[in-house]
Order: sequence, then structure tokens, then C-alpha cells
Amino acid sequence: MSVEKSHTLISLVQDEPGVLTRVAGLFRRRGFNIESLSVGHCEQPGLSRMTIVVKGDDASVDQVTKQLDKLINVVNVTDITRENMVARELALFKVSATPENRSELMQLCDIFRSKIVDVAHDSLIVEVTGGGEKIDALGNLLAPFGVTEMARTGITALTRGGKSSTDSED
Amino acid sequence: MKTGAQVLCESLISEGVEVIFGISGGTVIPMYDAFSEYPQIRRVLVRHEQAAAHAAAGYARVKNRAGVCVATSGPGATNLVTGIADAYMDSTPMVVITGQVACSLIGKDAFQECDITGITIPITKHNYLVRNPDDIARTIKEAFYVAQTGRPGPVLVDIPKDVQTALTDVTYADAMDLPGYKPKCEADPAHVASVVELLNRAERPVVLAGRGVIVSQAYEELKALAETMQAPVVHTLLGLGSFSPQHYLDLGMLGHHGTGYANRAIQNADLLLALGTRFGDRATMRTSDFAPKAVVVHVDIDAAEIGKNVAPFASVVGDVKSVLAHLNPLLKSVDRSDWVSQVRRWKADYPLTFHKPTKKLSAREVIRKVCRNADDETIVVTGVGQHQMFAAQEYCSPRTNGFISSGGHGTMGFELPAALGAQVACPDEAVWVVAGDGGFQMTMQELSTIVQEGLPVKIAVISNGYLGMVRQWQEMFCNRNYVDVNIHNPDFVKLADAYGIPAVRVAREEDVSGAIERARAHPGAFLIEFTVEPEENVFPMCAAGTSLNELIEAPQTAVAR
Repeated sequence: MSVEKSHTLISLVQDEPGVLTRVAGLFRRRGFNIESLSVGHCEQPGLSRMTIVVKGDDASVDQVTKQLDKLINVVNVTDITRENMVARELALFKVSATPENRSELMQLCDIFRSKIVDVAHDSLIVEVTGGGEKIDALGNLLAPFGVTEMARTGITALTRGGKSSTDSED
Repeated sequence: MKTGAQVLCESLISEGVEVIFGISGGTVIPMYDAFSEYPQIRRVLVRHEQAAAHAAAGYARVKNRAGVCVATSGPGATNLVTGIADAYMDSTPMVVITGQVACSLIGKDAFQECDITGITIPITKHNYLVRNPDDIARTIKEAFYVAQTGRPGPVLVDIPKDVQTALTDVTYADAMDLPGYKPKCEADPAHVASVVELLNRAERPVVLAGRGVIVSQAYEELKALAETMQAPVVHTLLGLGSFSPQHYLDLGMLGHHGTGYANRAIQNADLLLALGTRFGDRATMRTSDFAPKAVVVHVDIDAAEIGKNVAPFASVVGDVKSVLAHLNPLLKSVDRSDWVSQVRRWKADYPLTFHKPTKKLSAREVIRKVCRNADDETIVVTGVGQHQMFAAQEYCSPRTNGFISSGGHGTMGFELPAALGAQVACPDEAVWVVAGDGGFQMTMQELSTIVQEGLPVKIAVISNGYLGMVRQWQEMFCNRNYVDVNIHNPDFVKLADAYGIPAVRVAREEDVSGAIERARAHPGAFLIEFTVEPEENVFPMCAAGTSLNELIEAPQTAVAR
């Protein structure tokens, strides 16, 4: 019961000024930690989809889910952690690269099916998408080359199959 | 075409608003200009915006519908904040209307600009900044709907000055746009049925009544439930007024200053049916030892309250009235006379006791007399502190919803403005304020409003020269290290006189009843300053961090009731 683990919540919210403040503020004042949050337009006009990864035990995540659901601008919220889902994140790594190690870096990127999207004389930028663990793994392998900057979007997710990800049980 | 301000007024009228509490100012001048065209809305001009919010709360609590307060931008809006937080914590329906600087100035740090929607996100059920006059009618409709349905709460609507003066064709709204708001009021009969067996099987059931009983007006249903189950009823501070204190199954308040019998019943129950309560920490004390022998069944309209503080064995989401309407017909009448006799023995064995170190007038004695004077057409309004706990313990009127107090937020200074609002709501009833001398001085400027509005509020100031509750804690837990609790008071009788309110000072027990009678007979407002024993303590008491088992009774020198 009190085992802490990451939960993936997805939520449709009204696309209105302040909605991100309302959601983020709720996490802060109730003492929950957001591991990542991504937000953008979705298939329904006027609504945005948020994917929130939160760490906590089942009871506290249940509590944060219910509290989120109480926000008037939150249309629905679902914990999809136990669902069969596609969860992806995009990351950009700026890596120091010399003519000597550039080909080694490119091979590494191939293995991860990542793309090199910028090349300069002393660096390159690697773009990778995948689950959080894949991105962590690539980051670890790139570290010895010298990662000068990294940017991650946070997880965005949908459940697999024809059913809507935000169909709630009741 | 109408102005935004006119649309606001007409929207308020179509929501049935009879009165607004507020103060004008720079950014609400167009609004006040329009108010004068709509005399059907009574305006109560208070002396500080905090009082406008508390007055709206007092009105709302008595009427069981949203109270409305108005303030200008900047300091006017921030002065409301304490009152809004108070309403949020106590689930009080309220619509707060603030002026805002013109749209073109927003974000420019303009004169009296302040981000009141940002400030009040954590203490409102919802809030709005209306940038288009076409949205005013719909926003006001939504604000009242959100404030008054489901678990009630405050909703703030911030309207820039230029939006109030702009013209619009949209003068009426018949639709709302709230796709994310689905208050669940009607209980699911299957959920209700799933807990019936637990209740019927219980040998030592206790019902815990919270403010949800009052909000849903489930008084008759609660009485029927208690009598069918033969279950004693314990209430929270805000549940006072949900069940008659004169009923043979009533055990009074539980918790920090709960009665010995209420707390014993909770701790020995094998089933606790909690109705419309959030299991606040002052009620449960240490939750790991709360109702340790009981199967907890939690009924609340707010799904997020289920399991937040106390993990129940079973729960039903819905408003109390709807749950009990489904539940009561399914309950078996069970003989629980052993249990009822047991709790009645506790009631006899652990009476409320006086703790009075000297022969001076006792605050408890005074408040008991004020409470006994309160008939079923009297509303008692308190502040926060020792006097509040004495009043909660001594309140004995069978009037439903007759006790108004600041619970969750614990706002000293709530009493006088809330009483003002209650009196506006119920002009034909008596409204008695029980105030401490500390809290009274936080909002006593409202004596002026009371006089201006001709409100016959009766005010009992319990004056002990201390911030009494803090002094009691410093006496008990800080070795009598009294730090900043001694307060120099004005002469409250002269103060009342300055405002034009007749007043008397009472320092002897034999004069208490006469003064109360005199206040009661006087047609207008009346103030009594009761000069009481400075170091009287409130008992029983559970110290912070302890459980309901660890009740501290009054010392041996105390006199039994």
C-alpha cells in the first residue's frame, strides 16, 4: 500500500488562461511532487491534454487524482499506470564531438534509432524519442563524450486500443 | 444594449440575490453606479472588506445559499482574502465580486492592481477574470451554480473597470459552459445497500454528524436514522445544529475539546457512521488511534474526502440527505439498549466541569446562560478561542442550524461581521454574538455597520484580558511562560456608547441573567461586557498530538456541573 512508484495520469483540461497554474498549484499546496508534466492541444477543440507523472503510493495518487478532478477546468483525469499504454518522451542532447569520435557517436545514435539534427564543428545535437528509461540509457552512454546541454519534454501518453484514454470507470 | 455593470446587477437579481455586503472603491465605481438603479438589491456598507466576506458567510450559513460580497481591486480585494479562506474551509457558499483595473492596464502594475484570481486559486472553489462584457451573464450564472451545488464554496469573479462600462447585447445567459463540473449529489442506491449490513450488524454504533447534514438539510433523516439504529449522535464543531442537543441520543461535540462522553463513545464504538465531515484534525486528534475499534463508514458529497484523513472500511459518495433517504428504509430496528445505557452512564459520569481558580465570574457560566437563553428563534454566532469552545459545549438550543462559528480556518474576528450577515438574513430572529475580547477587537469597527443598518444584534464580549486559548496552552505546555497574551482592553461599554449602542458591564454572577434579559428586551443592538476570571481554562481537552483517549479533565478543584 505504501510503496512509492511513478504513476502516469492523463487529463483533459479546458484550454483557458491559468489552467496550468491551477494544476501545478494544486500539486504544490497538497505536497505532491510532479516528476514531469507535458501539455498541448488535443483532438477536441477547446481542450488540452496533460500527461502528468507523479510519484507516490496508491493512496496518495488516488488523493491527487480526486483533487485534480475537483478543479472546475479539469474535464477528466485518469490514472493509466496499470493500462496498456504508449508513453513517449522526446529529448535533445547537445554533445561535444570531434572529427575523431563523430562516427562512434553516429553509430551509437543508430542503435537507439535517434537522429542527429544539428552538426557543428565541435558538437552535434541528438534527438531521441522513447520511454524514459531509453532516454536515460542513451544519456548515460553519451555522458563520456560530454553532454553540454539536455532538454526533455516529459512523458506524453495514450492508452493502446480503440477505447479513449480518458474514459473513466464510472 | 446594456453596460457590463447593468448586466451584472440583472444577473444577480435573476440568481435571487437580495443583499450584497461590500465597500466601494476606484474600480467598482461603475458597478455601484449601476447598483443604484436596482434598489431591489439591498446594499450593506461595511467598514472593512474582511467583514464583507464574513457577513456574506454569516448570511450564507443561515440561509443555506450563496452570500455575496463586493470589493474594489488591490487592497479591497486582498482584504477579502481571510474571509474567502474561511468560507473555503467551512464549505460556505459565497460569490465574491471584485473590481479590477482596466484590461489595458492588467499586468502593468497599475494603481491598485493586484492579481486576485492568482491569489485566491487555493482558497476558492473556482474563480474568473472576465475580460469581455459578453461573458458577464454566463459567468455570474456559473459562479452561483458552482458555489451552491455539490460541496459548497466561494467563487470569485474579477471584473475590470472597462468591462463594467462596456456595452453588450448579451444581457442574459441560459447556458453554462462547465464540462469539468459534475457534482455528484444523488447517492448510488447500490453503494448505499452495500453498507446496510454493516450498520444492522453493529452492536455499538455511533453517528458522527458534520456540516454536510446541515448543508443538505438532512435533519429529519438524521433523527430517524439515530432513532431507528438506537445510535448515539456525536457532532463536529460545524455539525452543531444538525441534531437537537436535547435529544436523548445526543452526545455533543467530539475532539480536542469534545465532551468526555462523546470521545468515549467514539473510542469504544464498533461502527462509526460519519456523515458529511472531513475528519478534521481537531475532531479526530491522532488519526492512528481514532475510533480504534470501529468499522468506519464515510458518507460525503466530496469524493476527495474519502480516505483523505481517515481510511474508511466503506464509503458512499453523495449528499447526506440523499444517502439517508435511501439508507433509512433499509435499516432494521435493533435493540441496542445496553449500548445506549452505557453512553448515558458516561454522560452522567463525565459531565462538563468548571475550572475556575478564583471566585470571579466564570466565562463558562456566562456563556451557559447566554446559550440557555437562546430559544428556537435565536442564532448564536461565535469567534474563535476559549469562548467558542465553551459555547460549543454549552449550546443547547433545539433550533436547527442555529450555531454559526468559524471552524476550519479558525478566524478570530469572524463573530461580529458574521452575526451582522446572519441578522440581515433573519431579521425576525434574535442573533447573539459570543465574542472574546481578543477576536472582538479584530473586527469591532463593524459596530458602526450594525448601527447604520439598524441591526438588533446582541453582543456578549467575554473579557478576560488575555488571548485566552493561547494563554491556556502557555500555562499547560510552556510552564506558564505567558508571552504576548496579555491584552489591554478599551472600555467596551464606552466604546459601544461611542457608536450609539447601549451597553452594560457585568462582573458578578448575580447580574448575568438580568443583563441578558435587558439585552433581549431592548429592541436594538446591545452590548454586554462580561468581566470574567482571567485564568479559567477549557476542559476537557486532548493535548496536541495525542489521541481522543488521552482526555485531560478539569483539575480536582473544579466544581461539577
